[in-house]
Amino acid sequence: MDNTKRYERLLERYRNGDLDRRTFLGLIGAAGLAYGVQTPFAGMARAQEVSQVRFDGWGGVVSEAFRRYAFDPYTEATGIDVVDATFAGADEYLAQVRASQEGEYNIAHLSGVFDYARYVNFGLDVELNLANIPNMELVMDALTNAYRGITPDHLSAVPYNYGTTGLAYNRAHISDEEMREKGASILIDPAYEGRIGGWSDWRTRIWYAALQTGQSPNNIEDMEAVWDAVREHRDLALKYWASGAELMSLLAEEEIYVTEGWSGRIYALQEQGHDIGYYDPPGSFGWQECLFVIKGSPVEACEELLNFMLAPETSIAVAEGQNYPPALDGTKVDLGEKVPTLPAYDPTGTLEALTFADPEYWNGNEAEWSEEFARVQRGF
Amino acid sequence: MSIEAREARQPWILLSPALSAVTMLLFVPLMFIVVYSFWLRSAVGPDTVGFYLDNWQRVLTDDFYRYILLNTLKIAAITTILCAVLGYPAAYFIARARGNKVLMLVLLMLPFWISYIIRTMSWINILGSSGALNSLLMTMGVISEPIRMLYNEGTVILGLVHFLLPFMILNIYVSVDGIDTSLEDAANSLGATRWQAFLQVTLPLSLPGLAAGGLLVFVLGASSYITPLILGGPRDAMFANLVFEAIITQLNWPLGSALSLLLLIVLGSLVLVYNRFLGMSQLTRGLG
Repeated sequence: MDNTKRYERLLERYRNGDLDRRTFLGLIGAAGLAYGVQTPFAGMARAQEVSQVRFDGWGGVVSEAFRRYAFDPYTEATGIDVVDATFAGADEYLAQVRASQEGEYNIAHLSGVFDYARYVNFGLDVELNLANIPNMELVMDALTNAYRGITPDHLSAVPYNYGTTGLAYNRAHISDEEMREKGASILIDPAYEGRIGGWSDWRTRIWYAALQTGQSPNNIEDMEAVWDAVREHRDLALKYWASGAELMSLLAEEEIYVTEGWSGRIYALQEQGHDIGYYDPPGSFGWQECLFVIKGSPVEACEELLNFMLAPETSIAVAEGQNYPPALDGTKVDLGEKVPTLPAYDPTGTLEALTFADPEYWNGNEAEWSEEFARVQRGF
Repeated sequence: MSIEAREARQPWILLSPALSAVTMLLFVPLMFIVVYSFWLRSAVGPDTVGFYLDNWQRVLTDDFYRYILLNTLKIAAITTILCAVLGYPAAYFIARARGNKVLMLVLLMLPFWISYIIRTMSWINILGSSGALNSLLMTMGVISEPIRMLYNEGTVILGLVHFLLPFMILNIYVSVDGIDTSLEDAANSLGATRWQAFLQVTLPLSLPGLAAGGLLVFVLGASSYITPLILGGPRDAMFANLVFEAIITQLNWPLGSALSLLLLIVLGSLVLVYNRFLGMSQLTRGLG
């Protein structure tokens, strides 16, 4: 993006009333100082040249695909470097962001709509100008609307991919018929005591406990029954896994025969030749991931990068790498051969078949439930 | 300035970089944690700043935290005893060996060159259903189905012993190595058997090293986080895991601060008791 364009945008924001006259003139002055004189005060100018954007994601094949299809072409086109970093978990990352200075973190590949809501609640959101991200037109409305429900007047993220946390099972020990018959209740079946696993995430534990007790995960009426089901699962489980790698290891090594699992990770196991089945029971946990722009970031530079990342060639490459369908609408974009075969893929572009967590409901109960789960997990 | 005054200032000048580092990297962050422990977590948004005793009231009166703390201390105590029992003969052997002690000490330190996490995870490949031990037993026809050995309190203790044993051996070694062997010879010449000479001369003289090793192992064991996470089952957690969950999973930094300070106070008290009766000098000898 050239400097003239930046000045035009500043002027546009001023004309729209987003900037007062004093701030506008101050920014123009600071920008002039930054670009014209190139003094050490350049950093004070909000309209200064951006030299780099930091992206934090899950690493691995996803990172490689981003680097090849989005970051390098972006750097070539804009001269802005993309610093590619990884994080181990969304909770840990949020803790880091909260402890950081504004602008230190820019774009993050976040999980779920909960995270979007959490970042917004902590005041870490920005207002994206979607006109700068033309590829947003290719994204499914169903995914974008989830974020609009939290910030109706603006977006601080673009949807990127989606998947499910369904049931993964070892076909050598559990047949497809048995899995379909028992559904979520197989996780509390005493026949598999010591061979059951589960994600240590409190939301997933409660979600599946709700299904096991015949309740809607987005409207739990009998919470005691849910906690009892969580306890039942805890007593039958061998291990709560904490990462995708651990999930794959436990299933591949046959330490456990059944667990919930992330659709993409199970697909990867199947690709490796393991006879692991995957089944989304009714009400299976659907989720989506987004690329969130964090407060203090150079927004326009980030918008441009998001557009590169949403480009079909990038989205499809990332989707094929991580085995999760992209946010792009299959009715608008040719998604290639592999994407339509991925678990959870919705060819209709409506996502009506998936059940997503209601962020307001789950985030509203987060404080109480996450603490209670910590106790229940330890035998209380 | 007089020579005396200059000489009096000199140690402080030399100490100032270290004191500055300790102040900035230990004392100041600790004070942040103390301040945080009196704040309150908000359901959403930033924490409530102020002076509230709610977190402290919770961690001091709630049975849950007391149970996990006592369980943590129990696991650390078992680990310490096992390390002492296993480490003493090894340390004695190295100290009294006529061969190359340096080589043996290097071999003792060798595991430290490998990441603690990798060393802990190696037990999965040894004790897992398709791990080395089960495969060996099945090949030998001793068992027909894999034995379930992983993901329980026993494997957590095993992992901790694996990690902490060198600390115990080094401390005992330093102590035994410093004992004049002529004392044992004198005991023998006075009619004591080798076992009696060991029990009545060597062992009492090496107790400070054993205590220093015990303290290190206990403190490191009680504050362990990774081992129960990797080798523990759903119920197996130690106190440090609660701190992690409070701060990272629940984003409840005030409660996490209070929990971490409680652990610090408990373990700090133990160090103070040790210092009162044995002094810290033995500990620094062992670490040196």
